[in-house]
Amino acid sequence: MASRVVSLASIVRPKDLAKRRAEPAACGGGMDPATWDKVKDHPCYSEEAHHFYARMHVAVAPACNIQCNYCNRKYDCSNESRPGVVSEKLDPEQALRKVMAVAAKVPQLSVLGVAGPGDALANPHKTFRTFDLVARALPHIKLCLSTNGLALPDHVAAIRDHGVDHVTVTINAVDPEVAERIYPWIFHDHRRWTGREAARILLDRQMEGVAALVASGVLVKVNSVMIPGVNDDHLIEVNAAVKSAGAFLHNVMPLISDPAHGTRFGLDGQPGPSPAELSALQERLEGGAKLMRHCRQCRADAVGMLGEDRNEEFTLDRLDGEAAYHPEAREAYVAFVEREMEDRRMAERTARQALPAGAETMLVAVATKGGGRINQHFGHAREFQIFEVDGAGCRPLGERRAENYCQGGFGEDERLEAVLAALDGVSAVLVARIGDCPRRRLAEAGIAVLDDFAYEYIEPSVMACFARMIAQRQGYDTLMASA
Amino acid sequence: MAYKIVEANCTGCGACEFECPNQAISEKGGLFIIDAAKCTECEGAFDSAQCAAVCPVDDTCIPV
Repeated sequence: MASRVVSLASIVRPKDLAKRRAEPAACGGGMDPATWDKVKDHPCYSEEAHHFYARMHVAVAPACNIQCNYCNRKYDCSNESRPGVVSEKLDPEQALRKVMAVAAKVPQLSVLGVAGPGDALANPHKTFRTFDLVARALPHIKLCLSTNGLALPDHVAAIRDHGVDHVTVTINAVDPEVAERIYPWIFHDHRRWTGREAARILLDRQMEGVAALVASGVLVKVNSVMIPGVNDDHLIEVNAAVKSAGAFLHNVMPLISDPAHGTRFGLDGQPGPSPAELSALQERLEGGAKLMRHCRQCRADAVGMLGEDRNEEFTLDRLDGEAAYHPEAREAYVAFVEREMEDRRMAERTARQALPAGAETMLVAVATKGGGRINQHFGHAREFQIFEVDGAGCRPLGERRAENYCQGGFGEDERLEAVLAALDGVSAVLVARIGDCPRRRLAEAGIAVLDDFAYEYIEPSVMACFARMIAQRQGYDTLMASA
Repeated sequence: MAYKIVEANCTGCGACEFECPNQAISEKGGLFIIDAAKCTECEGAFDSAQCAAVCPVDDTCIPV
């Protein structure tokens, strides 16, 4: 649990932080300043911010108003990470205590979300009471919530009035025929609706709510669960619809359907997509609504950087008294991140300019503990960030896990096998360090391991690695041709 | 004429408490119970018992 904590020391590279700031960096890749201000420290809305800022969810919203076939409200396992799962419910006052405790210990904390475990807007009093308490105590914390959208049109004014800048709406379909295979029922207007009628009401309310949020200036992210054979092709229509409705970001997530979770889809044997199927769909969606590629499908009580969960450090029984929040630590951290982001952008520009022309594409894996740097030992990496790189630049394709935490008990050899399987199709791995034995095994599998980018920025290193490998290959080809 | 909550099935989400028109439902030890003396099965108020209609687990809010 605590092993994945990102310390400032791991983010700052050992060498002196070069301050190459000859020219001012453009903010957020051409985003307008007002939008950039909303997303620059929100790890879920900005790929760049997720390297530096942490979020937490408080589980104040246990009730839900719809049933989804990928959700089972009876099941909870503390070792399990997926949306809709929590280990303890909180009331708003307990939630405030928890947020204060986390803010005191985690200067990266910038976002508080209510994401269930039910629906934030099926529990409006608890959700908005929590926001009131936190906004009063910690005005710098950004507030966000997630909803299925059914109750959304009734709460748009309250969302705006509470200063909630970000709302995530889960929209899995825009056609009731598709939606009725995902939602068996909804509870609306004091009755339970089923079938096509339920689907139609839900979809209408979702789109009405998104439009109203956008009109109010709230940033909207749309989450869609990719369910092969049910809505996979249909998500292209969803993407187009949410783009035209004004959504800021579209996040396509794979269905999680383990029969042990007892969900309808799990019990019926409905499979989730393979990583390749998910990537292929995401490729087809490029050019539509902007895609989120760094989602980690976190729990409704997750605490920390995306991909880590420190919730167990902050359970109610561990919160003693009022935690003291010191704004100086936070301010120092924000100043550090602003310099770091600028420095990174400079490095990215330089690396992009040095990319070789040509149609070649390569997958590069990175071992990182966070902070946007290559700062993890190969042997400690439980997952790898995958990047696709070509002559135009590099794009994150998400993470690949190298072992299943629920199975556990792997020996070193078995773990290496799992790592090799996770690195399928990858040409090079960038790590902080690696032992001789695994280096040999990876070389045998045709995967180059580079540790000379240790503690450097991820994206510029991925591009530099690509440029170097292409140059080496061209050098080799030239040599062979002349021999 | 009253409903009850099958304890073994209750997830403790509290959706029923919010919907009950009679404030007959309250939390007890993380789960929810119905005060039979206050429950009207929603007769006269709604077409169906609200607790049963909103409950995420089948056969959990049932007539006594």
